[in-house]
Amino acid sequence: MNTDQLMTLAVNKNGFIFDPENGISYTVNETGLFILQQMQKGQQEQEIIASLCEEYEVLPDQVRSDLEHYCAMLKSLNLVED
Amino acid sequence: MQNLNLSHLNITVAVSGLKTGDNPQPGVPVIRSIRTAGFKGKIVGFVYDAMESGIYLDCIADEVYQMPYPSTGAEPFLMRLDYILSKTKIDVIIPTLDSEVPIYIRLEKELKERGIHTFLPTEEQFNLRDKIKLAQFFPPKGIDIPKTHILQSADGITKLKDELEFPVIVKGRLYEAYKASNISEAYKHFNDLAAKWGLPIILQEIIDGDEFNIVIVGDGKGKCLGMVPQRKLVITDKGKGFGGVVVKNPSLESYAEKVIAALSWRGPCELEIIKGEDGKFYLIEINPRFPAWVRLAEGSGQNQPAATVLLALGEKLDTLPAFRPGTLFIRHAEDLISDISLLGDISVNGELIRTKEEK
Amino acid sequence: MKKAYTAPYIERNSAGNLNKYAHTTVVRHQDNIDGISIKSLVAEHGTPLFVFSERQIRRSYRRLQDTIRIHYPLAEITWSYKTNYLGAICNIFHQEGASAEVVSGMEYEMARRNGIPGEKIYFNGPSKRYSDLQRAVSEGAMIHIDHLEEMYLLEKIADELSLKPKVAIRLNMDTGIVPLWTRFGFNYENGEAYRTVQRLVSGGKLLLSGLHTHIGTFILDPNAYYLAASKMLAFAQTIKENFSIVVDYIDLGGGFASSNTLIDQYTPGELVSPSFEQYAEAIGTAFNASFFVKEHHPRLILETGRVLVDDAGYLIASVLGKKNLPTGERAVILDAGVNINITAWWYKQRVMPTKPFPGSYQNTAFYGPLCMNIDVIRSAMPFPDLYYGDTVLITPVGAYNVTQWMQFIEYRPNVCLITETGKVEVIREKEDITDMTAREYIPEHLRQI
Repeated sequence: MNTDQLMTLAVNKNGFIFDPENGISYTVNETGLFILQQMQKGQQEQEIIASLCEEYEVLPDQVRSDLEHYCAMLKSLNLVED
Repeated sequence: MQNLNLSHLNITVAVSGLKTGDNPQPGVPVIRSIRTAGFKGKIVGFVYDAMESGIYLDCIADEVYQMPYPSTGAEPFLMRLDYILSKTKIDVIIPTLDSEVPIYIRLEKELKERGIHTFLPTEEQFNLRDKIKLAQFFPPKGIDIPKTHILQSADGITKLKDELEFPVIVKGRLYEAYKASNISEAYKHFNDLAAKWGLPIILQEIIDGDEFNIVIVGDGKGKCLGMVPQRKLVITDKGKGFGGVVVKNPSLESYAEKVIAALSWRGPCELEIIKGEDGKFYLIEINPRFPAWVRLAEGSGQNQPAATVLLALGEKLDTLPAFRPGTLFIRHAEDLISDISLLGDISVNGELIRTKEEK
Repeated sequence: MKKAYTAPYIERNSAGNLNKYAHTTVVRHQDNIDGISIKSLVAEHGTPLFVFSERQIRRSYRRLQDTIRIHYPLAEITWSYKTNYLGAICNIFHQEGASAEVVSGMEYEMARRNGIPGEKIYFNGPSKRYSDLQRAVSEGAMIHIDHLEEMYLLEKIADELSLKPKVAIRLNMDTGIVPLWTRFGFNYENGEAYRTVQRLVSGGKLLLSGLHTHIGTFILDPNAYYLAASKMLAFAQTIKENFSIVVDYIDLGGGFASSNTLIDQYTPGELVSPSFEQYAEAIGTAFNASFFVKEHHPRLILETGRVLVDDAGYLIASVLGKKNLPTGERAVILDAGVNINITAWWYKQRVMPTKPFPGSYQNTAFYGPLCMNIDVIRSAMPFPDLYYGDTVLITPVGAYNVTQWMQFIEYRPNVCLITETGKVEVIREKEDITDMTAREYIPEHLRQI
């Protein structure tokens, strides 16, 4: 997954995201923000799942499908590429 | 009688509908009028969207909260209200949007239990002025209405095609009205409005003549406590009045009094009236809230929003001061400069608390 | 201590979609029905599962009866079978004292099977067959005439059985609402109803006992009932003056709205549907102002089924899957669709989570299990995270679903009743392949494949 686009985003700690290149803004929830931050740090899928399970009360299986859904959203918003 | 003074009140007033711009809501002018009356308490703005421009104006709302849309029902509304009440008390709410008036009427008891006062019509009064009831209720009372058809399906337009004289006005149940010059335009507007505001759709004959708009506060017993009539001078291509002048026309005023008496209307409203070329007055619409041009009332000497605050608190008011004919309003749009982070705050947190400036 | 987890989501902001309340919740959950946990209901009976509350049914029946009788003491409620004709549900109403209102030979048989005598049955509808009428007349039912052919048939049957059938005629009229239901009965305004009475009286074979109307469905304007009652009572007076016949009852039909929200209605039903009091006042005002009522005290009959049972019916459904729609909304696939919850086409029903959840939510649309685009249970509404196997509660679904449901693609599920004492009874067992094939016949040459 190519996450270059994510690096240009201004992400505030409340989950408001602003793309200064095109003026588009987004809202993410807490876990959505957490994942973006991990991605910005360059973590890959497995690492992100591990971090989520460490931080939150959740099992890896549940997180895996949620993460897939979330990545599909990011792709449809052109924030990450395959 | 002197204009109203609210400087003695140390209360919190909530006002909804803070959008200004090309299709403005009445919240910002209502707040301005209340502040003009010397009000020193707190003003809370209720918004539905983080881009309602009034949020970004200084000195309008001290605190802003996002509300669930009225279409989501009473329970989410009360849950949200209770959350807001945990942050600030609210003594009076002035709703300014048609679609939210029913929820405030039905929940009057629940609001009272929470110490919140309103000054609104009863459900019966509200329903009688519904666009689909207008043509039934008023003509027998000697109040003329343009010829009106209530349509449940677009087929109805075809069925009426021999009867209709184009152009006609196609109106949504709650909001919006468009002129249709022919049957295909009528179809288009029907479908657009039905998708947005549901059924039925109202088709109304156009009456040529002089159009007047009147802002009124009714006492609920048949009397008008205040009334300011205006004629629009500037009309946008969307049909919005962006300028107007207060008129003095005794026959128009007594016609409006007759309408209010027929309903025993309680609270603010706006009447749209046309004086046809036949010399008769026709009632076009009754909007169950202040219009966006309500500052003209205050400007002409009759501060109706301030009066509504007092009425909600249960004060007995006599007739409001007379208005000054010839008072003019011209709507002025201005670009507000802010920062994207403010949008971030309100859209993520659903609320915005401004530190109150020292006065 | 780890933090509570919610599924991640992201949404693009644009003017008009910026309506959120951060971490405060505006969606309520409901984890039980009348004190019985949804978890235990599902464990015992599976999903989808219809659940009815006996307590709520009895409560609304008594409330409606009390309210209408405050305004007019001679008011009665008859149970409208088509709304819900499960035997257990009908008998709750019959135990409360309701007679039966049926609209076909099939429903007539159901009422008789429930032990309702003919003279306690009001027989409505445009499709009564010769044999239906024969049985109904011989058992003394009240027959509400819809069209002239029916009147001719009844006269013939009267001769054959040497009986004088008790009848009412159904009127249609303008009560200020749209659409006008002019296809049923005889028109009041154009004199058709009057001419029908004239013809009925001249035939001398039928006993005109009542007047019936049914002005529409899901009527949000109580004033329509005031107008209907006023016109019916004026007509009763005309009949008395011109034919010396005093009708015994005025049947105003049904049509009261439940708390559901019509699909094309912006303001939610709970905020616009009139209360029992508002309907009762409208009807009572017409009755109490009528000279005919002062002199003759006719009975007032209401057939309003939906308002009595809709809110007492629930549907529990399980999540089969979820996906992200191109619109940014989330879609959830449930095991209950419009095949069993047909009124989802008419109403924006409430869909509720069945357990508490952490704050955040997304706009979620609910689809049923059918492979058809029309299988939509609820257009998008804010909803918390859902996972495979989670359950949701859909309500009100008590009216018209367990009568109009279809055996299409899926079997029909269990229906339970929670009794007043808190017992859970299966009042209709879920179907299996034998229900689908019991009446089929495969010709000999098609048995081998």
